[in-house]
Amino acid sequence: MIEIKNIDKSFGDNKVLKNVNMTFKKGQTNLIIGESGSGKTTLIKILIGLYKNYSGKVLFDGSNVSEMNKKELKKLRQDIGMLFQGGALYDYMSVEENIMFPLSLFTEKSEREMIERVNFCLERVNLKSKNNLMPSELSGGMKKRVAIARAIVMQPKYLFCDEPNSGLDPKTAILIDDLIMEITKEYNITTIVNTHDMNSVMQIGDNISFIHKGEMWWKGNKEELIISNNEELTNFVFASKLFKRLKK
Amino acid sequence: MQKLLKHIGQYFMMMRKVMSVPEKWSVFNKQLILELEKIGLNSIGIVLFISFFVGGVVSIQTALNLQNPLLPKYLIGLASRDSLILEFSPTMISLILAGKVGSSIASEIGSMRVSEQIDALEIMGVNSASFLILPKIIASLFFFPLLVILSMGIGMIGAWVGGLSVNVTTSDFMYGLRYEFIPFFVSYAIIKTLAFAFIVSSLSSYFGYYAKGGAVAVGKSSTEAVVYSSIVILVFNFILTKIILA
Ligand SMILES: Nc1ncnc2c1ncn2[C@@H]1O[C@H](COP(=O)(O)OP(=O)(O)OP(=O)(O)O)[C@@H](O)[C@H]1O
Ligand SMILES: [Mg+2]
Repeated sequence: MIEIKNIDKSFGDNKVLKNVNMTFKKGQTNLIIGESGSGKTTLIKILIGLYKNYSGKVLFDGSNVSEMNKKELKKLRQDIGMLFQGGALYDYMSVEENIMFPLSLFTEKSEREMIERVNFCLERVNLKSKNNLMPSELSGGMKKRVAIARAIVMQPKYLFCDEPNSGLDPKTAILIDDLIMEITKEYNITTIVNTHDMNSVMQIGDNISFIHKGEMWWKGNKEELIISNNEELTNFVFASKLFKRLKK
Repeated sequence: MQKLLKHIGQYFMMMRKVMSVPEKWSVFNKQLILELEKIGLNSIGIVLFISFFVGGVVSIQTALNLQNPLLPKYLIGLASRDSLILEFSPTMISLILAGKVGSSIASEIGSMRVSEQIDALEIMGVNSASFLILPKIIASLFFFPLLVILSMGIGMIGAWVGGLSVNVTTSDFMYGLRYEFIPFFVSYAIIKTLAFAFIVSSLSSYFGYYAKGGAVAVGKSSTEAVVYSSIVILVFNFILTKIILA
């Protein structure tokens, strides 16, 4: 479980997050939704420790990140898998080297054990025997899947995904969503997904938090979301005329 | 001025992160070998090419300037040797490498920054500055001096060929090459080159590492890397020459 308490974050005079409180549960896909510019990426970057200038508390299974010493932080980082918006694969490494990279840095596994683990993860994301391709030879969806394989190779306890299906066709997007959901349930991890894709929300939204202009505005599950009367939320979710009609 | 101070502060903060013991030596060595290849081996061709032709031009020009029959011909060998060792090889080759190596370092690190690859390293718990930049600095410190020595050698061959074309005999030229040779000049050149190698690799890394935005930012960072590396090289060339030779 991850909790954030009273998070404030500004860039200069721009107050991006205002007193945000959220709870993300284990074994669930926790969604953060909100308009472009509402602060979703900023929030995730605070969670994974890329931003340090903020006020408030971030608790991973009860322990406060800002009170951790270097060693504890390092340990925590190895329990975190992150799927970046563009995949962020290392472009001078092959698919296999990309996925193997965390293993070769942080474990004492032998070459053979590492390759076994890599193959297992590749199979998990349906990319069997694509080991030797370079990132430049992959399609957008394949890149995302390799990035997922890299994110889970160390068997993380926490998985973060920043807009996992932006730029993908609806079918591939659903595939990625399902994969994230399956992995979450299978390994019982705490997963947090940033998205403004309503298909994903309906597909995998166990626990949904809506941020609006940097404030925590609404939370609930997908069933509650459909019947909610919160004005900003319905304006966001049912932005298209089609959806508006469907709701009625 | 304030901006300059901010850059200098940020540069030293980055360098403090860079100077740390690698996570795992096997991974570091792999990076280092990659960099040696990218920074060193790939620059040999251009260094050979430029040095040969500049060496030739230097000796032809010296020959033209020393047409007074009272001046012995071997002076051409001597003058070419000293200008190659003292200035052309260490400084000019470093400036050329600032263009070639510097821009490629900055654009490589810059594109890793804007595509979040550096963030990905950081959240894995890797010291990204050290992981990416230290091997580049070490590879540069190792290869720049080798390239400069190579340049001196090839430059002198060029000078010899250039001399032949304006009727300086091989024996005159060789005599001049050896005449009152001061080995310390070579040490001075190497010391300068080491400083330049550090400047090019660390400054270019700096501009890439703090690139902000998209592809445009990467282009901008690589231009800045070349411009500022060149300026700092020229300033340090002056300072080091004053300290060491004067
Ligand atoms: N590094 C930064 N420096 C300054 N301002 C920033 C920075 N990163 C984000 N911002 C600002 O913070 C606000 C929130 O940005 P953020 O990227 O968190 O939005 P988002 O919800 O992820 O949007 P999107 O859905 O478009 O990805 C924006 O107003 C943006 O301009
Ligand atoms: Mg975002």
